[in-house]
Amino acid sequence: MVGGREVKLFGMWASPAVRRVEWALKLKGIEYEYIEEDISNKSTDLVKYNPINKQVPVLLHHGKPIIESLVIIEYIDEVWKHNPILPKDPYERAMARFWATYSEDKCRSAAREVFFAEGEKRVKAIKCLEETLRALDEELQGKKFFGGENIGFSDLVLGWMAFWLGVSEEVASFEVLDPNKFPWFTSWIDSFLKVPAIKENLPPRDKTVEFFHSYRRLHLAAPKC
Amino acid sequence: MADKVVLLSSWASVFGLRVQIALAEKEVDYEFREEDLFDKSSLLLESNPVHKKVPVLIHNGKPVCESSVIIQYIDEVWTKGPSLLPKDPLQRANARFWTDFIGKTIYPCGSKIWRNKGDAQVQAAAKKELIGILKQLEGELGERPFFGGETLGYVDIALVPFSRWFYTYETFGRFSIEKECPKLMAWVRRCNDRESVSKVLPDPHKVYQRNCGLKKRLGLE
Repeated sequence: MVGGREVKLFGMWASPAVRRVEWALKLKGIEYEYIEEDISNKSTDLVKYNPINKQVPVLLHHGKPIIESLVIIEYIDEVWKHNPILPKDPYERAMARFWATYSEDKCRSAAREVFFAEGEKRVKAIKCLEETLRALDEELQGKKFFGGENIGFSDLVLGWMAFWLGVSEEVASFEVLDPNKFPWFTSWIDSFLKVPAIKENLPPRDKTVEFFHSYRRLHLAAPKC
Repeated sequence: MADKVVLLSSWASVFGLRVQIALAEKEVDYEFREEDLFDKSSLLLESNPVHKKVPVLIHNGKPVCESSVIIQYIDEVWTKGPSLLPKDPLQRANARFWTDFIGKTIYPCGSKIWRNKGDAQVQAAAKKELIGILKQLEGELGERPFFGGETLGYVDIALVPFSRWFYTYETFGRFSIEKECPKLMAWVRRCNDRESVSKVLPDPHKVYQRNCGLKKRLGLE
């Protein structure tokens, strides 16, 4: 085990961005101190270490903060070089980064649209989300994971889709994870969730569903600007 | 075997210009292919089927997409030239964070200013937001000559192409970035002293004309 008191992680139990950092730390066997943040009442420490957007996750290493989950994971991979998360080959690294960016720029916003949309807007939003699933399904053809035989950077970043997308489907009553339409992607979900570092580090499903129900209700009830 | 490098981009694309500066810094020979964004080439559509956007770097037949991904790829492949990213992991993390920040904030905010169709409130809010973003970047730069320290680095390359769009934002938004962010404009002038920047970046008035034409074409007047 490496790390210990020199590594701290500010997080929030239901956040997929926080979990992906924890998965990276677990895969490397890095010990860390976890600090749970109350998002409605952020600690002075969180605001001090991330004054820019005051969000979790924030990794503190020897007292120095690193923010944004994708940036944090690359930092972890560069400091602790064993059990590499990104491949060695520059082209493979570019592909891993591309799909990670795709997750954050396209998939997350598409899923968010569906989660909060109603009526005609919902139908349109589902089409967009399915387009992203199609692209991911195609990328996975012939592969167990985005990283190949073992999970890598893209898998960790896209990992939210293996758990939180299912939660969203239940909470917002929609269905996109169809094994007939996306056989490779749905198979990836099964394989991903079987990886010990992932399986042992997911939030409790019932509690997560409850949390996202409240979150959705709050958002839909808020006055529209 | 000689490297074959092709860049699919558009002369005014801030994201494409970043890649061009990176290639110039590394003294990489490449073929530039101008894309008509209203009539995309089959090569672009095949090379970037997911987004169908520029820039795309094609290195020995293999496409790399997304400007931040491309620049890191360039830095990792062409190791003889100056390093674009710092060596220290904490500084690298910082550089990645600010590059991501720049990519997510300036373009959409700037678009709300120049693409605005008569909504004064939206435009005013976007102007305030843009000034806020640029002041934040000024703060991050501090007293250093460049974000990369003594020389041009990843964040400088990510930000400087936007400087050629400042004239567009200022003219449509009726404000002066020099007045609001003089330290940042001093940084722009330092960047312009580098050949890799001055030879690559387009004339801001040409960019403005192009945007006026585009606004008309998109029916946003």
